[in-house]
Order: sequence, then C-alpha cells, then structure tokens
Amino acid sequence: MTDILIVLVLLALGFGFGTRADRQHYRSIREREDALRDLMVFAARFPPELGRPRASRLVAGNVVVSVDYFKAFVAGLRSFVGGRVTSYESLLDRGRREAILRMKEDARSLGPCKIFNVKIETSSISRGGSNALGTVEVLAYGTAVAD
Amino acid sequence: MLLSNLEVVPGRRVIEHLGLVQGSTVRAKHVGRDIVAGIKNVFGGELRAYTELLQESREEATARMVEQAQALNANAVLNVRFSTSSIVQGAAELFAYGTAVRLEEGP
Repeated sequence: MTDILIVLVLLALGFGFGTRADRQHYRSIREREDALRDLMVFAARFPPELGRPRASRLVAGNVVVSVDYFKAFVAGLRSFVGGRVTSYESLLDRGRREAILRMKEDARSLGPCKIFNVKIETSSISRGGSNALGTVEVLAYGTAVAD
Repeated sequence: MLLSNLEVVPGRRVIEHLGLVQGSTVRAKHVGRDIVAGIKNVFGGELRAYTELLQESREEATARMVEQAQALNANAVLNVRFSTSSIVQGAAELFAYGTAVRLEEGP
C-alpha cells in the first residue's frame, strides 16, 4: 500500500514540476533562439570563401537533460503498445536546441561570425538498467569563423 | 594553439602535417552528485552537475590532446572530433582527437 502511495506521489510531483520545467525551458529556448538568430550555423564542411585570413576557433555547448518520473512512467507504458514516444521526443528536441544555443553563446566572444561543420552528438547517460534512456547528454560543436 | 573542426583554416596554408593527436579521460560520477541527480530525475529538467562534470572532462581531454600537439611542435589541431563512450556503469570516457598541423604564420 505505501509503495503504491509513494509511486503516486512521485508521479504527481513529476507531472507537476516536469510540465512546469518543460514549459519554462521551451519559453527560454524560444527567447534565446530569437536573440541569437543573426548568428548562422551550418553543417557544411568548408566555409564558402577561404581567401583572407580570419579568426576561427572551436566552439561547443553541452547539456544533460532528463525526463521526469511521470514521463518515464508514460514512456514505460508506451513500450507495451509501441508507437511514438512523445515524452522522449520533446526531451531530445529540448536537449539539441539547448546545446546549439550554448554553442552559439560560446561563439559570441568572437564577435560577428558564422559557425561551420556543426556536429551534434547525443549519448545516453545510463543510471541503472530500468531507466536507461531517462537522461541524455547532447553536445554540439563546430568551428566559428569571424566575418 | 588553434583548434578547429574544419579541414582548412581560412586564409592560412598548412605547411606540415604532424599526424593524429588524441586525449582522453575516464570519469566516474561522484556519489553526492549522483544522489542529487536521482532526485532531479523525479522532477525532470537539466542536471547541471552532470553538464558541468562532462564539460570539465571534455576540457581535460582537449588539454591532453593539445599537450601532445605541442610536443610535436604544432601550432594548430584541425578536424577535431569528440566522442563519448560509457565503459562501465557510472563511468564514461571522453575522447578528443584531431590532426596536428603546422600552419604558416598568421597575420
């Protein structure tokens, strides 16, 4: 009985705080994306003009995000029937966008620039077999080349 | 030391290739941080302690790579890549590698 109660409390806490954290994070991501829109990011391996010397530097941003208890539970249920696991989709989306934003913030110190050859790496930080996918690290890196 | 993950440097020529350089570090999580992260796992959101831990570790791996490049008398490492692999439960290896080169003197 107490076990069920604990699980229910954890689910309620996860749902309450998790949803709020999610919303706040998305709001902050959107604001910062707007602020950093002028800094362009490319996956191209070669900058288009190589003529004159310019400053360039490796820039990177990383973030570790995790789902809340409620979402992990829902995802667990989802694995019975299969299909889209939206709780993890939004986790990875937030992680990638946040990592790219941090990389852009890192590039700010170079002044006006563009970032080339951006690579995004995602790795699962497993803690215990049961919720192995609960926490992911996203690293975004590239080379900032001054304009 | 110039670090870049491009294969070329805008406006500067590579005069010598000095080969692959690499740096790695294996880090284990700290119990205190792990407990905090466990609590955080209920609420969701960013695990700042881990973000910092991984960032520091990656910086250390990069520093070791740069050390190797310096020993080869390089002034830049190009085509830098990072990779992460988890070795055992609770420990991860962070690895950085790239090509050490000597560039002609900059402006």
